[in-house]
Amino acid sequence: MENLNLEGSAKTPTVNFNSADGTLELKGRSIPENSIEFYKPLNDWIDSYATSPKSSTIVDVKLEYFNTSSSKCILDLFKQLESLNKQDTEVKVNWYFEEDDEDMAEAGEDYQAIINLPFEMIEVEEI
Amino acid sequence: MTSELLTTILQIMESKMERFEERPKIKKKVFNVLVECLQNLYHHIDEDIDDQETDQNELNSLFMIAKTVSTYTITTGNYMKPKDVDSLRNKLDLINGMTKEELKAYYKQVLNEGTMSAKGTAGLGMIDIARKSGKKLNYDFSSINDNLTFFSLSVKIEE
Repeated sequence: MENLNLEGSAKTPTVNFNSADGTLELKGRSIPENSIEFYKPLNDWIDSYATSPKSSTIVDVKLEYFNTSSSKCILDLFKQLESLNKQDTEVKVNWYFEEDDEDMAEAGEDYQAIINLPFEMIEVEEI
Repeated sequence: MTSELLTTILQIMESKMERFEERPKIKKKVFNVLVECLQNLYHHIDEDIDDQETDQNELNSLFMIAKTVSTYTITTGNYMKPKDVDSLRNKLDLINGMTKEELKAYYKQVLNEGTMSAKGTAGLGMIDIARKSGKKLNYDFSSINDNLTFFSLSVKIEE
């Protein structure tokens, strides 16, 4: 299957979903007024990835900003991956945040509390 | 408030804060609150007011940002229908009555159980603004006439 690569914009993140590696990366900022439209192709990609996933799937979330419209879409994306986990693939989430960014660290904890997937919180100097 | 205007305001504010050499932590909080406040204007004005009987001026909205030594104050204002005032007031009072931990729990509950509108709003904006600000949300409703009320919201971000 094809990879999903989208270049980031002022309001949308860079997307690198790689089916051969089983790596899904979301990077930058996600602040569109309506996130549904942007996230739909990502959900669709995961649906087709789910038919023949790698044994291990790594999700790298490296977001600098996201709005509340995106927060719901990101949750839905995690829920999709949660249902995939332990069927044919082990899913792991790496949640990156910049040092001193308590809000982004807390946002990761919020997802971790709701979603039944292993989360690793990774503090970096700059995203 | 259009999508393009929103992008422009955000770009201007980002470069201004860059020039002030604002601390990353504050810069991020201000940016996040700005996004939510401006997108509230973007989403709610047309829904509430944009009908045949309304004067175009009443689609206007207000946006101000002020900086003192240690505090940013973001103020927005928009017209709304009087019938919608009570539910918004109740929501804001509920949020203002919550502790930090209660807000976190409430956010997670709405995030997990709430549904998204077709416009992409998740009902999380005010909760998120309150969490990022860490202060009570200051608000006011002033009645213009039987068909219109002006809503204003003022959010503080302190170092």
